[in-house]
Amino acid sequence: MNAFEYTFLIPFVPLLGFLIIIFNFNRFPKKLTAVLATGFIGFTFVVSIYTAWQYFFQMGPVNGVYPKFIGFDFEWLKLGDHLSVHMGTLIDQASVMMLIVVTTVSLMVHIYSIGYMHDDRGFNRFFAFLQLFSFSMLSLVMATNVFQIYIFWELVGVSSFLLIGFYYEKPSAVAASKKAFIVTRFADLFFLLGILLLSFHVGTFDFISLTNPENFESFNLSGYALFGLSIPALALILIFIGGAGKSAMFPLHIWLPDAMEGPSPVSALIHAATMVVAGVYLVARLFANYALMAPEALALVGYVGAFTSLFAAVIAVTQIDFKRVLAFSTISQIGYMMAGLGVSHYGGEEGLGYMASMFHLFTHAMFKALLFLGAGAVIHAVHTNSIREMGGLRKYMKTTHITFLIATLAIAGFPGLSGFFSKDEIITAAYQSNPLVYYALLVVAGLTAFYMFRLYFLVFWNTEPHYHLKPHDPGKAMLIPLIILALLSILTGYIPFGQFISSDGQPLHTHLHLDMAVISTLVSFTGIALAWMLYKKPSDMPQRLIASASTLYRWAYNKFYIDEVYLFVTRNIIFAYISRPIAWFDRHIVDGTMNAIGWVTVTTSHKIKGLQSGQLQKYAFAFVSAVLVISALLVYYLLNN
Amino acid sequence: MWQDITLQDVLIVSTLMFFSGVYGFLTRRNLITMLMSVELMLNAVNINFVAFNYFLHPENMHGMFFALFVVVIAAAEASVAIAIIIGIYRRFKSINIEDVSNMKY
Repeated sequence: MNAFEYTFLIPFVPLLGFLIIIFNFNRFPKKLTAVLATGFIGFTFVVSIYTAWQYFFQMGPVNGVYPKFIGFDFEWLKLGDHLSVHMGTLIDQASVMMLIVVTTVSLMVHIYSIGYMHDDRGFNRFFAFLQLFSFSMLSLVMATNVFQIYIFWELVGVSSFLLIGFYYEKPSAVAASKKAFIVTRFADLFFLLGILLLSFHVGTFDFISLTNPENFESFNLSGYALFGLSIPALALILIFIGGAGKSAMFPLHIWLPDAMEGPSPVSALIHAATMVVAGVYLVARLFANYALMAPEALALVGYVGAFTSLFAAVIAVTQIDFKRVLAFSTISQIGYMMAGLGVSHYGGEEGLGYMASMFHLFTHAMFKALLFLGAGAVIHAVHTNSIREMGGLRKYMKTTHITFLIATLAIAGFPGLSGFFSKDEIITAAYQSNPLVYYALLVVAGLTAFYMFRLYFLVFWNTEPHYHLKPHDPGKAMLIPLIILALLSILTGYIPFGQFISSDGQPLHTHLHLDMAVISTLVSFTGIALAWMLYKKPSDMPQRLIASASTLYRWAYNKFYIDEVYLFVTRNIIFAYISRPIAWFDRHIVDGTMNAIGWVTVTTSHKIKGLQSGQLQKYAFAFVSAVLVISALLVYYLLNN
Repeated sequence: MWQDITLQDVLIVSTLMFFSGVYGFLTRRNLITMLMSVELMLNAVNINFVAFNYFLHPENMHGMFFALFVVVIAAAEASVAIAIIIGIYRRFKSINIEDVSNMKY
C-alpha cells in the first residue's frame, strides 16, 4: 500500500456526481444540483491540492529526482495471459500539475455557471455534463497507461460533443458539435494506430516503464520503416496527430472556432483550459520517447506548433466574433506550448522548453479561462457575440473590465503578470535551439498583444452603441470566479515552476533571461501601442488599413479558406467518388440481394398457402399416404438388399 | 382349438382393425366417430404388443405392460379429446369436421 491510494477519489467523486445528477435531472431543483455539483468538484479540488502538497512538499524529490507513483491500480480488462488493460492513477510531476489546473478551472467554472446558467432549462443537464467532463479529464491526466489515456481521451471528446451541442435546438450548435466530434475522432484514429504500433514494438502500455530512458535499450524497435521513418518516429508522429486533433493544431484546428457555439463556461473549461491542452499533455507524457527515440518527430511537433501559432494569430486579428477571437487565440497559445515542447531536449538545462511549455499550459489555463468567463459575462450583459455591437463597456461593467484587462495583459506578456514569465521561458528555449521557431514565436507574441488589445479596446472603449438595456456587472456567483482567476493570473507567474516540473524529474533552476525579456516585452508593447492607436478611439484608420491589404485581410478573415478546403475535399472528392458509389452498392447490390431473398420467399408462400386448408382430414390423408409410400419404399429397399 | 391360432392370424386381425380405424378417421365427418376410429387404431396396436409378447418372448411381460400403458393413456386422451369436442361444439354449434376449418393460413 502506498501514500497515494486515496487519489482514486479524484476521478471517482465527479463520476458519482454525474450519475446522481443525470438520473435525477428532471427531479432535482436547481439549487440542489448546484450545491451537489459544486460540492463534489470542491471536494475533488481539495483532494488534488492535498495530493500536490503531499507530492511536492511532504515527499519532495528522492535523490534529486521526483519519483513516479502508481497511486491506485486495478486490472480492468484481461486480454489473455500477457496482455491486460489497467485503470489507475499515476502520480508524477505533470499529472499533479494538471490535477491542479483541471480542478481549479473546473471549480471556478462550476461556481460561475450557477450564475450564468441560472435561467436555463437545461441547468441540471449542464451540471451533469460538467461532472462527466471533470471525471473524464481527471482520469485522462492521471492515466497510468496508454490505453487508459485513450479511453478517457474519447470520453472527454464525448463530453465536449455533448456540451458544444448543449443548445441542441440551435442548428449551428448541432453542426458544431458534430464537426468537433468527427474531426477529433478522425485524428484519434491515428492516435490508436500510433498506440498499437508503439505498444507492439515496446511490449508495454505502462507509462512508467514506457517513458523510462533506462528501458529504451531493451525495446525491440528494429524493423522496416515507412516513408523512411524509423518505427518510433512513425508511431510518435501518429500519436502526435491524435494530440493535434484534440489540441486543434493546423490543419485539424477547424473544429475549435465552431465549438464556441457551446455556453461560455464550457468554452472556458473545455475549449480553453483543459481538454484542448490534452494534446500538449500527451506529448509531454511521452516526452522522453519523443526526445530520445525520435527527435525528428519532436521537431515536427515544434514546427507544427510554431506554424499553427502564427497562423491562428493572424486569423485572430481579423475576427469580429468575441469568442472566436479567443478561440483563435487559444489555438495560437497551444501552438506556443507545442513549439515549446518541440524545441526542448531531454534533461537538465536543455529541458527548458519542456518546463516552459508546462508552465505556459498552467498560466494559460488561468488567464484564458478568465478571458472566456469575462467574455461570457459581457455576452450575458449585451446579448450579442459581435464585437462591432459592443464598446464603452468599462463604464457599465467595472469589475468585469478590470479582470478582463488583467487577463489581457497576462496573455499579452505584460511584465509582472503570469503570461510574461511563461512566454519568456518558451522564447528563451526557442532562441537556444531553433532560430526559425524563435522568430515565429516572437512575431506571435506581438500579434497576440495586438489582437487581444484590439478586442479589449473595441469592447471596453471605442464608440458606445445604443444599448436597449443598460449592461451591468453580473451577480456574485459570476464575479467571484473572475476575481479569483484574475488573482491567479497575476500570481501563478511567480511560482518557481522549474522546481516542480522538469523533463527528467530533477528540479530545474531557472532565472529570468533579461535580454529575452526585454525583446519580448518590446514586441508586445509594440502590439499594445498599435492596438491603442487604432482602436482606443473610433477612427477610420482600421478601415484604411484593411483597404490597403484587402487580399490578406479577406484571406485571414475567412480563416484562409481551410473550412472550404475541407468541405471541397469531403463533398467533391470523398462524397462524390467514394461515399456515393459505396452507397449505390449498398442500396442496390447488398439491399437488392436481401430484397430478392425476401421476395422469393413471399411469392412462394403465396403460391403454396392453399395447402393449409384447415381441413383436418386432408392433412391426415396426406400423412397416411406419405407413411404408406415411405413404408413401401423401405420394404422395397430391404427386399432388394 | 384356440391353441391353433398363430402370430400371423393375430397380425391379420390387428392390421384389419388398424386400417378400419384409418379408413374411419379419413372418411367420417363426425368428430366422435373419428375419435372412435383413433381408439380402434390404438387397440390394433395393443393387440400387436400382446401378440408379439405372447408368441415371441413369453418369458417376460414387457409387451403386456406396454399394452396397459397404452390403455391408460388412451383413456386420458379420450377425455381430453371429448373436452375439445365439447369446446368445439359450443363454439361452432356443430361437431362436423368440415365446419371446423378455421386453422388455416
